Amino acid sequence: MTGFDRLRLDGVTRRFAGADALTDLTLEIRRGEFIALLGPSGCGKSTALNCLAGLLPLSGGSIWRDDTRLDTLPPEKRGFGMVFQNYALFPHMSVQKNISFGLSMRGVPRAEARRRTTEAIRLVHLEEHARKLPGQLSGGQQQRVAIARAVVVEPSLVLMDEPLSNLDAKLRLEMRTEIRRLHQSLGLTTVYVTHDQEEALSLADRLVVLRDGRVQQIGTPEEVHTRPANRHVADFIGFRNLLPGRFSSAFFHTEGVRVKGTPVGTLEDGGPAVAAIRPEDVTLTGELDATVEVAEYQGREIAAEVRTDDGLVLHLRTDRRLAPGDKVRIGLPADRLLIFPS
Amino acid sequence: MTTVALSHRLADRGIDRQLLLLVPATVFVVALFIYPFAYGMSVSLQPAQGGTFAAYQAFFTDAYQRDTITTTLAIALPAALLNVLASVPIAYRMRGRFRGKRLLTTILVVPITLGTVLTAEGLLNFLGPAGWVNRLLTTIGLIDTPLRLTNNYTGVFLSLVITGFPFAFLLVLSYLSGIDPSLERAAATLGAGWRQRFLRITLPLLAPGLATTFCLTFVLAFSVFPSAILVGDPSGSTRVISIAAYEAAYVRYDYAGASAAAIIMGAVELLVISVVLGLRALLYTGSTAGGKG
Ligand SMILES: Nc1ncnc2c1ncn2[C@@H]1O[C@H](COP(=O)(O)OP(=O)(O)O)[C@@H](O)[C@H]1O
Ligand SMILES: [Mg+2]
Repeated sequence: MTGFDRLRLDGVTRRFAGADALTDLTLEIRRGEFIALLGPSGCGKSTALNCLAGLLPLSGGSIWRDDTRLDTLPPEKRGFGMVFQNYALFPHMSVQKNISFGLSMRGVPRAEARRRTTEAIRLVHLEEHARKLPGQLSGGQQQRVAIARAVVVEPSLVLMDEPLSNLDAKLRLEMRTEIRRLHQSLGLTTVYVTHDQEEALSLADRLVVLRDGRVQQIGTPEEVHTRPANRHVADFIGFRNLLPGRFSSAFFHTEGVRVKGTPVGTLEDGGPAVAAIRPEDVTLTGELDATVEVAEYQGREIAAEVRTDDGLVLHLRTDRRLAPGDKVRIGLPADRLLIFPS
Repeated sequence: MTTVALSHRLADRGIDRQLLLLVPATVFVVALFIYPFAYGMSVSLQPAQGGTFAAYQAFFTDAYQRDTITTTLAIALPAALLNVLASVPIAYRMRGRFRGKRLLTTILVVPITLGTVLTAEGLLNFLGPAGWVNRLLTTIGLIDTPLRLTNNYTGVFLSLVITGFPFAFLLVLSYLSGIDPSLERAAATLGAGWRQRFLRITLPLLAPGLATTFCLTFVLAFSVFPSAILVGDPSGSTRVISIAAYEAAYVRYDYAGASAAAIIMGAVELLVISVVLGLRALLYTGSTAGGKG
């Protein structure tokens, strides 16, 4: 299939019955990149992916492959591969037929189609199941068929819509590695939709964080992880402690607490603000006196909920064996405590 | 062994209290199907004169009776086939959601509520020798003598299409809606145009449903009686098997002959349905969903 250097989404917008499901998505995808669209359920991820695939017409904006305008082409003319959330395997065709479907639609000669199908089946370790119908396979095997079917045609772009959300936790981890391995070994360009921040961080080269159909932040996993652009991204990406308060003269004030932090964005002196910190960044050395209220065992670590003497509730993680009722002194490191405008 | 263990073992084989839910259906089938069938069978085997099978012999040796089978098949098979085939493109076009779908479905389905007699009356008014169509065609000078569209094969055929199509359409539409729409979307991303999507994905998954729909509309068309008389030619080209049975019973008072005709009618229907269902069994008949989730 024709490769590309750049795929450009320019102000892509999609409305449903007057409500915006996706607003003004502008993004440039480079060849070989792994992009994750991340956001809570209903934020417009699938809408974005379907617009890209050609399964939904745009309400505004355009999509370009290098200098070719794509958004006016039907899906069968775009040359993208797609993995659906429910796999969408053809139930009346064997695994082999499912995988070779795209090749026969593209008029690939029979001998070559057979060779590439066999190769794809081997790639996803389904040799013994080649003749079975999808209904006779487990969820993980179906998932692998769906991936093989999408990549066997060597698409210029692979789109995946929450491909792991129907699998159990263990299989999800295995398939995650598998997807990243295939992406690298086949030199694919991938757009991957997920609501699971861990999945997005571990897989992607770049993350696009969406909320209510709007882009909140585009950046590398590290950028998004350590420097979320606003409090919504922070909330979504694992900053479980979100403390409403006030920002004045370089300090954050709340519930009798006055701490230094790292301001993000434009903060008004004396105005309302939200401080955010991850549970794992809260330390057990500091000057805030607190009492442990809940302690959850999580293997190597304990996840605890503590209440300071001033009534502030904080979540923290530690390898110390805390128990409810324990008195602790906690600290909020200034470089880890992000202060956002409210 | 305790009673608990016994009830578990029985439940394992599908024997439990829920079996009682089948009682009404069983009573219904026995009272309305098996009893009349057995009764009709025994009447047909006790003719006034001749041996046990005399009524059947009489039916098959008399060409006037025997030919009703082919006459009925010649009306019912094409009508059922047309109903199914015409439903497919319309239902395919209407499978998604769009504005006015409910209204359109209602319009397509309304003929169900008309009943055969009202349909026949409408057909006579519309297509009869003095009907609108003929008057219009004569007025604009296209024809001199009225076209014969009723009181013959055409009339009965049209009546069967009008009453049978809504059934076929509703069934095909519901079979189509049962096919996961993401399958066609997947096929599209794999490069299949609409024709290939229909032929390679939708049609194979729909085919078993079409076979079932065909059987049902065929049975409806095969027992055609009112329209064969009202808009047909009941002593000639549309002398269907139900007319033969009716005449035997109420004109000649030959109950054995009437029952034999009815039993033969059932046997022919059964034969056609077995052939269609036999072919259906060769198709993929499993789930029409695209996977888990
Ligand atoms: N076919 C549709 N008709 C109307 N609204 C829709 C349709 N599809 C999606 N939406 C709305 O668009 C928004 C985004 O949906 P979606 O892209 O599916 O979210 P996500 O995949 O991120 O969970 C949601 O608010 C949803 O209700
Ligand atoms: Mg979604």
